[in-house]
Amino acid sequence: MTAPVPAGERTTPPGARAAGRWSALLRSRSGAAGLALSSLVVVATLVSFAWTPYDPSRVSPRESWAPMSWEHWFGADRLGRDLLSLVLAGARATLLVSAAATVVAAVTGTLLGAAAAITPRWVRAPAGHAVDALIAFPTLLLAMVLVAVYGAGTETAVLAIGLGEGFFVARVMRAEMARVLAADYVLAARAGGASTWRIFHEHVLPGVLPTLTVLLSLVMAVAVLAEAALSYLGYGVPSGTPTWGRMLHDLQAQITVRPLVLVWPGVAIVATVLGFNLLGDGLREAGDPRVRRS
Amino acid sequence: MALFLLRRLTLLAVALSGTSLLVFLLLRLLPGDVAAIIGGVEATPEQLATLRARLGTDRPLPAQYASWAGGVLAGDFGHSMLNGVSVTDELGRKLVVTLPLTLAASVLAVLLAVPLGCYAALRHRSRDGAAVSAVGQLGIAVPSFWLGIMLAALFAVELRLLPAQGFPVDGWAEPAAAARSLILPVATLALAQSAVLLRFVRSATLEVLHADYMRTARAKGRTLASALLRHGLRNAAPPVISVLGVQIASLVVGAVVIEQTFTLPGVGKMLLADVGNRDLVKVQGTVLLLSGFVLVLGAAVDVVHRLVDPRLRAAT
Repeated sequence: MTAPVPAGERTTPPGARAAGRWSALLRSRSGAAGLALSSLVVVATLVSFAWTPYDPSRVSPRESWAPMSWEHWFGADRLGRDLLSLVLAGARATLLVSAAATVVAAVTGTLLGAAAAITPRWVRAPAGHAVDALIAFPTLLLAMVLVAVYGAGTETAVLAIGLGEGFFVARVMRAEMARVLAADYVLAARAGGASTWRIFHEHVLPGVLPTLTVLLSLVMAVAVLAEAALSYLGYGVPSGTPTWGRMLHDLQAQITVRPLVLVWPGVAIVATVLGFNLLGDGLREAGDPRVRRS
Repeated sequence: MALFLLRRLTLLAVALSGTSLLVFLLLRLLPGDVAAIIGGVEATPEQLATLRARLGTDRPLPAQYASWAGGVLAGDFGHSMLNGVSVTDELGRKLVVTLPLTLAASVLAVLLAVPLGCYAALRHRSRDGAAVSAVGQLGIAVPSFWLGIMLAALFAVELRLLPAQGFPVDGWAEPAAAARSLILPVATLALAQSAVLLRFVRSATLEVLHADYMRTARAKGRTLASALLRHGLRNAAPPVISVLGVQIASLVVGAVVIEQTFTLPGVGKMLLADVGNRDLVKVQGTVLLLSGFVLVLGAAVDVVHRLVDPRLRAAT
């Protein structure tokens, strides 16, 4: 702290800025709740790779429809499989597909958004119209078309959800990029002779990053819902892989005899979606002092 | 306004033809020969050739698209690749279930979300207002099919008040039974929709509540209720209406899933079966119909949005 800070350099070290952002996130009530809930789900998923109370595929006729107990917290299904273990194992496919779809959405959304915001007018105008039209195309219908062509599978689910949400990301990114491009420092960079690529890379991307982070948390939540719906309908990851949606589909066949077991996979979905939704809200509040105050 | 209508209609026409082209091309990406898939391995080359001629897949792509799109414009969506049934007739038979389901659900969703959203905004500092928005936040995270399953478990299995699933074989020839079997699906879809809508109604109302013109109206001696009706409604309505436009897409998707949950013989359930059977002509027709529905209603919402918001009219 003895050396004088050279003019034009930031006075706070980058670590402190990151720490400030974390504490802002934790100060927001939804941010703290969302971070807790989504970390819980992610940690439970990671643990399930190494350990579940029982082998989720272990069939035990003697324990068919075992009620909730210390041995089986969530009870057991018709085949006597432990439901808690199945719910934990079901988190893997759901979270992996949703996370992969979110990455696809981020990449397509950023690229399409950039095509509709930064490129010369003859590319920009049609790209913008395409984004506006594609956003109206429901994700699930896109998934149905892709399933009809390629058959159901993990890749189809990731691609369908990722592209469907990507169009939504693209529309927000286009507006955000237009906002950044209108800033004086971009004008200055342009006047200084910076190339389009350099402006995109050095000014636009960092400028839209906070919005993109918020958006991706919300997209993750929607992706979890979409994955659950797809596997519930029987067109998600291949059969044999436990997922929450497929569990609900299978257990629904016995709704008249065992309605209660249907609660658990649904609670898992709700907790995950709520977690990422709240995290997104918290990130937005942390990044926007205007919202934080009100 | 006339200029706006013309531009919006042109845009709608472009979007519709773009969508039809997209759906057509996506379904032509199918690896391999459709005729070979339908005909099976033991089909002779002559049989395959007749099959190709019947399906029209022996012609070049632009010709195929032109004849399909021309047929659609004349109300002919082609014929099923599996059993030759007219897709238009099939869609008509299924729409008598899907249309009442989606219409009733959207009306109910608005009736639920608008008063609740206003209430949550008016009482946003008190506990019950916060409780309403918390329920809304929770509702967004609930998958519609699980909500449907839970409602069926409660009202059909436990209380035995309503059928858990299915639709009368005779359809609307038994109006009471048909309506009864739609109660749970409509309630499910409406609740799922209203959770999203509630949030937007709440934030639109909150914004209006803190506006300067509301303070002026109150200062002139209007009660909060009359100020809201006179000034607030006009200002809060446009953003809510534009959200309704976006919601139509999720309504259509919701109907597809809910029809599966309650085994209703509607367009959505048919689409799912056709996807499983890879009946491409039917999938193509159904997807075009559903996405066309979304686009047309979206355009209608835009027009209404403009009618209720004079600021937009002045902008052109």
